[in-house]
Amino acid sequence: MSAPTLAVVGAAETTQMGVITDTSELQLHADAAFNALADAGLTIKDIDGFATAGERPTDVAHYLGITPRWVDGTSVGGCSFMIHVRHAAAAIAAGLCTTVLITHAESGKSRVGKAPQLFTSAMSGQFERPFGVTGPPTMFGLPVLRHMKDTGLTHEQMANVAVVQREWAGLNPRATFHDPITVDDVLSSRMIAYPFHLLECCLVTDGGGALIVTSAERANDFPTKPVYVLGHGEGVETPMVSQMENFSSSKAFKIAGSDAFAGAEITTDDVDHLMVYDAFAHLPLYGLEDLGFCARGEAGDFVWERNTAPGGSLPMNTNGGGLSYMHSGMYGMYAMQESVRQMRGTAPAQVNGAEVSVSLGVGGMFGAAGCVVFSNVGP
Amino acid sequence: MTKPASTINATACGSLSWHHAWTTGNRMDRPACKASTMTPTVDRTKRPMPRPTPETQHFWSGTRNGQLLIQRCNACGDPYFPPRPFCPACSSHDVTVEQMSGRGTLYSYLINHTGHPGIAGPYSIAVVELDEGIRMMSNIVNCEQTPEKLVIDMPVEVVFEAFTDSITLPFFQPIGAAS
Repeated sequence: MSAPTLAVVGAAETTQMGVITDTSELQLHADAAFNALADAGLTIKDIDGFATAGERPTDVAHYLGITPRWVDGTSVGGCSFMIHVRHAAAAIAAGLCTTVLITHAESGKSRVGKAPQLFTSAMSGQFERPFGVTGPPTMFGLPVLRHMKDTGLTHEQMANVAVVQREWAGLNPRATFHDPITVDDVLSSRMIAYPFHLLECCLVTDGGGALIVTSAERANDFPTKPVYVLGHGEGVETPMVSQMENFSSSKAFKIAGSDAFAGAEITTDDVDHLMVYDAFAHLPLYGLEDLGFCARGEAGDFVWERNTAPGGSLPMNTNGGGLSYMHSGMYGMYAMQESVRQMRGTAPAQVNGAEVSVSLGVGGMFGAAGCVVFSNVGP
Repeated sequence: MTKPASTINATACGSLSWHHAWTTGNRMDRPACKASTMTPTVDRTKRPMPRPTPETQHFWSGTRNGQLLIQRCNACGDPYFPPRPFCPACSSHDVTVEQMSGRGTLYSYLINHTGHPGIAGPYSIAVVELDEGIRMMSNIVNCEQTPEKLVIDMPVEVVFEAFTDSITLPFFQPIGAAS
């Protein structure tokens, strides 16, 4: 494993999650930020670098009362926060700043003070929207029937992703859903966009989260168990899901994942815990294959055989995921929060002895990706 | 001829019968087609229309004339999509605009059940792979919008439907569907 240069020293989600009708999106950023600062034992005056997505970093930084000397507004969807971690690592290593706050918040359901809609693209506006795409449910699933025909992935296997994640959610008091479900429950839930049923689509909630990162050499100066960043990667492919090069694989996943694993000097055998952004039930399957945990077309079986379930060899999406925990719109932050909890040993469904956790995020509809490798093993 | 309810209400066009609204192949003399007021539930004027740019205007002029015009790189020899005045594979600006055959296969799709103010549903959102090689999003029309009838890899052909004086959209139907 590589010698880490960056550490997460503060991590927190918003105080409430779910339906929050009395708080604006901007204030949700602040709530997450102040919770993370309290977690790190820092004040806002200690922050000299700031990154966010969705909202403009100028808006949030000013609201928080900071004038950062380094800023990153990379906003390529739900994986933006993984990419912020990567950019912060480079900035801190280059001496541009010392302590970076990364915030996410979204009033995704209640839409109180909601930032303008993302993902408008001149090209998709001309060559996709006229054909009736109205949002993620009408776009994200587009490659799946091709993938099913080419690899043999079945409807039952895809439904089973949601079933297994509900098992994890049952272990997490903060999860939106707790009651177990079956494959039949998933396949008999309301059709949203064939082949995706309601229970194969993520929640829509309100909430947020924040991370504070600094150089690894300072990691022991903070009250929580240090969580090191061993590697990171990023990639973008296309703003148009219809123009994805390979309908069975995300180029962005592969680039972000391979760079993160190479930087961390790890292989899939080293990974104890995995988070794959699950806006829809097929995404963890693409992630498992594109990161190299499974050969092409084998992820459906891999999950069916309970490898990612409680007690399995590769616990995945242990908070319940976007399907059952929460999903405010740009979920990547929550995947990293769970990775940090697992590395600290404080997760509700703790994976005993886990030393390496990987978070893979997607942005847009297979448009972008960010990947971060975390570890609790210090230099 | 079967008239699938999922498409006829959204696409019937003025006093033209529905199969005239869906015309196949090259059609230079496009009949004027104003927004339909035939259906109370779906307002076809609410379908978002593309806003062509100087770099994409040839494509939309083509569909208006009943032609599917795609660019090909003279350096690589490969067609590419969406339009731009250079090849995304090799950056060559030596490109030409070609009329496609309009034939291809259904590469992938989903069926939207969540509704659309301008399209009667449930309706397919599809990716078609043209015989010449490029893929594009479209809707499969003149076909029941069911998994049983929308078969991956089935042959399809382009049909054009005018929505405004300047915009005609390219849709696809199973080959022979509107015979």
